[in-house]
Amino acid sequence: MTQTEPGVQLGRFGDFGGRFVPEALIAALDELDAARTAATADPEFSRELARLHRDYTGRPTPLTEVPRFAEHAGGARVFLKREDLTHTGSHKINNVLGQALLTVRMGKKRVIAETGAGQHGVATATAAALMGLDCTVYMGEKDTRRQSLNVARMRLLGAEVVPVSHGSSTLKDAINEALRDWVTNVEDTHYLLGTVTGPHPFPTMVRDFHRIIGDEAHDQLRELTGGLPDIVCACVGGGSNAMGIFQRFRDEPGVRLVGFEAGGEGVATGRHAARFSSGEPGVLHGAATYVLQDEDGQTLESHSVSAGLDYPSVGPEHAYLRASGRAEYQPVNDDEAMEAFALLCRTEGILPAIESAHALAGALRMGKEAEPGTVILVNLSGRGDKDVETAATWFGLTGEDAVRAEAPGDASDGPPTDPPHAPSEGIES
Amino acid sequence: MSALDAVFASCRDQGRAALVAYLPAGFPDAASSREAMVALVEAGADIVEVGVPYTDPLMDGPVIQDAADRALAGGFRVRDLLGNVEAVAAAGGSAVVMSYWNPILRYGPDDFARDLAAAGGAGLITPDLIPDEAADWRAAAQAHGVAPIFLVAPSSTDARLAMTTSACRGFVYAASTMGVTGTRASVGGGAADLVARTRAVTDLPISVGLGVSTREQAAEVASFADGVIVGSALVRALGEGTASGAGLDPLRTLTADLAEGVRQR
Repeated sequence: MTQTEPGVQLGRFGDFGGRFVPEALIAALDELDAARTAATADPEFSRELARLHRDYTGRPTPLTEVPRFAEHAGGARVFLKREDLTHTGSHKINNVLGQALLTVRMGKKRVIAETGAGQHGVATATAAALMGLDCTVYMGEKDTRRQSLNVARMRLLGAEVVPVSHGSSTLKDAINEALRDWVTNVEDTHYLLGTVTGPHPFPTMVRDFHRIIGDEAHDQLRELTGGLPDIVCACVGGGSNAMGIFQRFRDEPGVRLVGFEAGGEGVATGRHAARFSSGEPGVLHGAATYVLQDEDGQTLESHSVSAGLDYPSVGPEHAYLRASGRAEYQPVNDDEAMEAFALLCRTEGILPAIESAHALAGALRMGKEAEPGTVILVNLSGRGDKDVETAATWFGLTGEDAVRAEAPGDASDGPPTDPPHAPSEGIES
Repeated sequence: MSALDAVFASCRDQGRAALVAYLPAGFPDAASSREAMVALVEAGADIVEVGVPYTDPLMDGPVIQDAADRALAGGFRVRDLLGNVEAVAAAGGSAVVMSYWNPILRYGPDDFARDLAAAGGAGLITPDLIPDEAADWRAAAQAHGVAPIFLVAPSSTDARLAMTTSACRGFVYAASTMGVTGTRASVGGGAADLVARTRAVTDLPISVGLGVSTREQAAEVASFADGVIVGSALVRALGEGTASGAGLDPLRTLTADLAEGVRQR
């Protein structure tokens, strides 16, 4: 920072983060920052949030060892942090309840949210119903089709769901539209951003609301194994579940932190969401971070079988963790993720979200590379009920195409070729 | 005296506000967008805002979003905007660029300031870059003699108005209402209040944007501001002229109308 700098740079993670937003939003960001700082220091807020976590969400979520799945992981022990078992079915509820309580404290009556897979939208609609807030959810039009079940869930919960058909009609465009709504209605509206990106204080605040994942997992794993994990695996779209589980372990130098991005159809094809493989530092949605962009700084469209990872940017603290060498990031392709999805279903009776299946595939990869007995902790960030149609189409399990519905071994040979799937389009094909 | 200082001084001498007219570069295509910007100058715009089409324009409403999408689909490249700047300057107008930050960051702030100055551009408006994050850009702008123009909003505190205006050169962009670009039935009553609060902390000219589309609105804003910024209405006029075969006529007519408005304060 130079002496001529008139304002103070807030929310920096090394070269990343900050506040790259219109001036009109600065007052609301300052208000939010003040509210969350005051709330953090207020035992009443902490008690209320803890009560909701326990009585409403169902925390603590279990830690499940999955030995039959781990047979495919080179002799590693694999433990799943079961965020899929929360009320609403993903980790998203942790952050949503925190921000919804802040919304009430700030005296605002309405929340807006973006959603990709629909999990954050469902969680936001849920909290809005619980606390009597009006709720509007922006969702890329393409995502409303491939995650139609979640659209219905949000509407049942009383939220207005607005399909966004500008740009690529996915998560990034939903965020643009939510920001437009916010700048127009900021007086009475809180933007309940669902991941660890955006302008300060969102990356820090959302991370802190999710750190309960890692805190619980740390204690649970210690009870089961007497020690720390060797490797922590999480999928990374915006990166909230990963920051949530990484946070407790980042100061433990012996623990490897590995994030798995959507490799889509393969990084070499250009149809992916692997920001750390081919993205460049830039600015998107209020944060300096890695962005899939062309040489003019125009955002490139991302592709993934998973709507929740289909995002061309990533939380700025992940960019920092990568730059500092504390965490590493690897792409997992659609077919690898779907294989892990099928494997967990068949070996453990757990249907994961396709997002989380990227972390499972990463755990299989890590396990095969590691010494036998390596302890791998995986954040199973969500459940896969919303993905049944996508998976059924992928594996050809419906109607006359159900001939390949046998055995997970088939999946490990790759998805069936008849009918040909269209991964980036999900169920719409 | 910088080019922008001269424009506002001249308008002040004439007892009127300046007309600041926005169009995106590359819309409806590269050549037509240059002709359209020249037409703005000929029809009475004092300053032309050369917009940079961007994939994620979060401060823009549907009219400008659609125009940006069309420009990008037509192959717009960021360097093309320098041709627009040169065309405006050659026509005797004053050009400022309006861009979201990432395209400028990618171009290189110092390279951009250098090339903008060389093309005859007077400044850069940055809707998603606040001075707090703009140390590099401000240094580059100063080094190459282009004006960094930041926005103030009705929600800005007095302290932020003072900080932001102290970082501006040329003029201050005052967003009339809380919201995105687009025409509105009325320019918010908050605009006059924001201009008054801003005047209390700066001697720079203040231009008001967001929502102005008619001569009457231009005249109303001209009664309290130094500049009147019009965007979406002009983009729509250009789009309609292109679609109907009327060419630049609707754009010229609206611009001339607005130029009368800023003289009716």
